[in-house]
Amino acid sequence: MTARLLRRPSARQVVTVVVLAVLGGLWVYPFLWLVSASLKSSPEIFGSGLGLLPKEPVWENYTRAWTEVGFGSYFLNTLLITAGTVLLVVVRSALAGYVLGRYDFIGKKFLIGLFLVTFFLPEGYTIIPITQLTDQLRLLNTHAGVILGLGAGGQIASTLLYAGYFRRLPKELEETARLDGAGPITVFFRVMLPLAWPITATVVILTYLFAWNVYLLPLVFTLSEPDLRTLAVGMTVFMGERSTDWAGMAAAAVISLIPVIAVFVALQRKFVDSIAGAVKQ
Amino acid sequence: MTTTSSRAPAAATSAPPSRRRGRGWARRLRQDWWIYLFLLPTIVGYGAYTIYPLLASWWYAFLDWPGFATAGTFIGFENFERLIGDDLFWNAFWNSLVFLVIAVPLRVGLALLLALVLNAKRTPFKGFFRTLFFLPVVTTGAIVGVVFTLLLDASGPVSLSLVWSGLIDSPANFAADAGTSLYAGIAVWVWKWLGITLIYWLAALQTIPQGVHEAAMIDGAGAWAEFRHVTMPLLVPFLVIITLIDTVAAFNVFDLMQTLTGGGPSFSSEVIEIFIFRTAFQANVPQLGYASAAAVLFGVLTVLLALAQAVGMRWARGRMGGS
Repeated sequence: MTARLLRRPSARQVVTVVVLAVLGGLWVYPFLWLVSASLKSSPEIFGSGLGLLPKEPVWENYTRAWTEVGFGSYFLNTLLITAGTVLLVVVRSALAGYVLGRYDFIGKKFLIGLFLVTFFLPEGYTIIPITQLTDQLRLLNTHAGVILGLGAGGQIASTLLYAGYFRRLPKELEETARLDGAGPITVFFRVMLPLAWPITATVVILTYLFAWNVYLLPLVFTLSEPDLRTLAVGMTVFMGERSTDWAGMAAAAVISLIPVIAVFVALQRKFVDSIAGAVKQ
Repeated sequence: MTTTSSRAPAAATSAPPSRRRGRGWARRLRQDWWIYLFLLPTIVGYGAYTIYPLLASWWYAFLDWPGFATAGTFIGFENFERLIGDDLFWNAFWNSLVFLVIAVPLRVGLALLLALVLNAKRTPFKGFFRTLFFLPVVTTGAIVGVVFTLLLDASGPVSLSLVWSGLIDSPANFAADAGTSLYAGIAVWVWKWLGITLIYWLAALQTIPQGVHEAAMIDGAGAWAEFRHVTMPLLVPFLVIITLIDTVAAFNVFDLMQTLTGGGPSFSSEVIEIFIFRTAFQANVPQLGYASAAAVLFGVLTVLLALAQAVGMRWARGRMGGS
């Protein structure tokens, strides 16, 4: 065993690592370049060749993007919309997943059939009716409108994840609680939902990614309301309005990406397991 | 011990009520009121934001509808007749198909290769590399698009390093050239999403028991023979599902393409979603009915293509089996 560990790497291993390192470099270079560009002056970005180190870090790019261009308020909008969507999706899909996973009721087969038929429906193709509906509800140009648009429909994967998990829990759990006189709603919130925390974590992560990164729906919903822009929408407006402020753009991009990348780095294992687990289902 | 003994009576007492299923829907509905209460948010939300839009699109496709503030007028199949003669619709349709046909196999295939390498026992730093490749997956597509307009600039790092390595003669911007803009989009898309397909494949490879590998080794199978005859057949069901997931993803490229090329130059990279968006929201007079018709027609055409492909494959397999 120790002999095997101490063995010198084989030629094949060395080749593998070199190839992986070159590929990995291609994957990480855009991020390094972005951070470097965010600390350069605009002329320096395209004037200094392939060098990554700025002559002198220009932190002013960040303050300009945050206050002058409005990424401070875009950030807040994105945060609100993401939090609202995550909450809506967790509550909605946990409730539905619980009864779908554990109970038999009239209409269950129909509901599941409907879910499967619409599972692969691409999002971009229903944007017109969703906009019209939101307009009629008088929610266009509000945070609530965007949150409902993102979280009220779709999200079948989350519901199915909850259903799959709740189905596997033993039956006695509820029966004991019921004997103590607790109603189904109490049982769900006191006993079942806390037990399902691994699924809740997965659903929170997947929905967080989705809501933070989504573009089309917030773009359409905020066409006439600049104050409501999210980071992704604000970024493209930035590009249109100050097309030569590359350094500011890079700083704005870093600001927008930090929350997702930071959470990913902190919770890597859980991210990867969430996605692997979701696909295995 | 106690749990097993208590499970039996619980099952026995709960069986009879479910057997009495036929006795009156009304009573069952009344008894299960709380189940429907639990389902209420999903039924209302899903109904309003998924089912209704799906059906409404079909209705809108038959309207002349110049903006949300106005009422549409029914014009029959006029939108569809116009679409069939609209070169820009077919341009967007083919661009979407080209995107699909090139990008999906590239993403699925490259990710499988990487997964095989990263799944091998002797590969060092697996976790580290997996993290690297996964990094772009968590990022915002629209922002990746904007950032790549800078990276792909003629005086940006991509162009510079290609010139430096002698692969191209003079600086070029692949996203701004009508001949390459679609392919630039495909490359960035594969770069961004490869990591998630890699995770799918790694999860699939985990389901292959280690014993299979050892048995193949004992039988003296080489790495290729083992992959071809042992691993690959076990992976086929995953190949189908992963290809399906990635195909649907290839129809959701609006964020990346709109920000990277905006569909240009001169519509060379305009995919169907950009066509719909442009017709519905960016025209001087919004054409909501026409855009809905484009969405519906595109949906129908892709379903037909998928069916034709399935039938064709079945036919081919039947021929191969017969001869």
